Amino acid sequence: MNTSKTLIRTFVTLTSAAALLTGCGKTTKSDTGGGAPSASASAATNSAAPSASVAVANPSAPLAKDLKITFLPKKVNIPYFSVCETGAQKAAASLGEQLKATGPSDASASSQVTYINTAAQQGQNALLIAANDSNAVAPALKAARARGMKVVAFDSDAATDARDVFINQAATEDIGVGQVKLISDAIKGTGEIAILSATANATNQNAWIAVMKKELAKPEYANVKLVDIAYGDDDDQISFQKTQGLLQAHPKLKGIISPTTIGVAAAARYLDSSEYKGKVAVTGVGTPNQLRKFVKNGTMASFALWDPANLGYLATYAAVALSSGQITGKPGEKFKAGDLGEYTIGANGEVVLGPPIVFTKENIDKYDF
Amino acid sequence: MKAKDFLRWETALFVLLVLIGVVGAARTGGGFLAGQNLFYLGLDIGEIAIMALPLTLVIVAAEIDLSVASVLGLSSALIGALWNAGWALETILPLVLLVGAVCGAFNGVLVTRMGLPSLAVTIGTLALYRGLALIVLGDHAVADFPATYTRFGTTPLPGTPIPYPIALFGVLAVVFGLLLHATAFGRAVFALGANEEAARFSGIRVKRNKEILFVLSGVLSALAGIVYTFRFSSARADNGTGLELAVVAAVLLGGVSIFGGRGTIGGVILAVLVLGALRNVLILADTSTEVLTVVTGLLLLASVLAPAIIQGILNRFKRPIEGAPS
Repeated sequence: MNTSKTLIRTFVTLTSAAALLTGCGKTTKSDTGGGAPSASASAATNSAAPSASVAVANPSAPLAKDLKITFLPKKVNIPYFSVCETGAQKAAASLGEQLKATGPSDASASSQVTYINTAAQQGQNALLIAANDSNAVAPALKAARARGMKVVAFDSDAATDARDVFINQAATEDIGVGQVKLISDAIKGTGEIAILSATANATNQNAWIAVMKKELAKPEYANVKLVDIAYGDDDDQISFQKTQGLLQAHPKLKGIISPTTIGVAAAARYLDSSEYKGKVAVTGVGTPNQLRKFVKNGTMASFALWDPANLGYLATYAAVALSSGQITGKPGEKFKAGDLGEYTIGANGEVVLGPPIVFTKENIDKYDF
Repeated sequence: MKAKDFLRWETALFVLLVLIGVVGAARTGGGFLAGQNLFYLGLDIGEIAIMALPLTLVIVAAEIDLSVASVLGLSSALIGALWNAGWALETILPLVLLVGAVCGAFNGVLVTRMGLPSLAVTIGTLALYRGLALIVLGDHAVADFPATYTRFGTTPLPGTPIPYPIALFGVLAVVFGLLLHATAFGRAVFALGANEEAARFSGIRVKRNKEILFVLSGVLSALAGIVYTFRFSSARADNGTGLELAVVAAVLLGGVSIFGGRGTIGGVILAVLVLGALRNVLILADTSTEVLTVVTGLLLLASVLAPAIIQGILNRFKRPIEGAPS
């Protein structure tokens, strides 16, 4: 047997392939200055074409008809994104555009890339995308933009230099301030509260919590005391147990804020089934269908969320305004978004949908998602 | 050339590929055959193609390796973590390949020295290596890789629609084709798959050869991890989750017998192209994701059934001839 020889030969080939891949010299993070220069360099080569060739925004340009728009959610068959899509379809229909939804069956970092490439290949005029990974989709989006496609990120942003605008569902400030107001109202301005978050390193959760802490320091919340922050890891079972733990650890607890759809549902379910029902208040960020029961049976008074249909609606209007040349994505430009009124593009090409909706017993039946 | 030589599974795959090309081009107004689209198609199949090569040998030897996509994820997570720690890519990449080899060797040792079935072992390490990836990098994503590296996954070879990963795959395919079909090692792999006892008695070092196969699978999965990371310029622990099924599907559709002892590298290459082209055409033609999943599932079933059925038909033709002299 000359297995060893074969093995050696194979390894030599593999190592040379690796050498070919790695090239010569030394490349470290610090060499490239933390990657920032290389990122901006690639941005310059890739996004120069669209931003440079589009001259200036012409706010009075007529809206283009029959545009081909692709709607690309994080993955297909998620109720939240289906509601976004109905809003997008409504906007497209009223403007006379063709909008089609497509997408991967899993929400992994890279699964959207094939669909971005396909949209570019099909000559779609615009793409609405909720990015699974802001950087993984960036090269494909840049290539698509270089071929003339407008890119509107919504719900979850793509790398800033890979899209034209980002439709943000709600400003961080609005969510944080709103949650504190809701819990304070529910406990009549006095008592201990706790936060049940998702994971300890969830970016948006932590940003909201930071705002909440700042807000709680204000004089009007002098009697509301934040005593604990628990993490339910966006897992129903863990969130359920953490709620139980919070109530046992803090016998005087009056309220829980859970700014995550999974956490708030688990907390409401626990309270509903326990002796604390009606005594401890809960609020958070959730969907009406998930929390309807608890609002109706008095477990919780109110909670907040943006309207996903309006998010899709606004994203479509932004895409059409971009494709028609009314806006180019620069801060300060304005565009009209049908029933929602006029919007102005903010810093980093962000457009904020508006303050979140507060759902209560009175209005919850108007929403189905 | 006898008629029988044309009645090969590879011929059927080739015809299927041409058919997909023709129908695809017609359905998408030529868009399928555009250079840019072929480039994207090449990129999409790159990692699957690279991992399918050693897995072909593993399955021919009547074993299986389901941990390939987890090794891909682990190597991606390692690249991200070490890059964040300030290591040079020239050190990181060979190290990642080495870690891939260790992962493969661990699979191999459990299978050969402990006598455990590779299906059970690699289902275990599928979870183990993915878990290690999560420990190494958590749920962060590292993205700030230099453009000199990421361009390998975003630009074609100058003047062609061929992506760099496919060029790399081409070189590796020749190496593995020769290894399986033109060396004593390759003959040993077939012997192992056909009848392990007979192979042992004819002097083939069964354990050693199997370990080599698992190491090769580990190394090339790590290589696929490098390709994946630079293609998306995103190092993440969950990269390539579920990809092992696509790789196994490609190998089985390529006519490699799941029971070992039969298969060709050429068939697997054709199968990778068929699966990639079909997916590309279906998505270009706006087929829904649900239909896409069903079609992939049916193809997987067909890939296991068809070679068996065809072999059955061939045997039917052969039997009277074999029986004649006696």
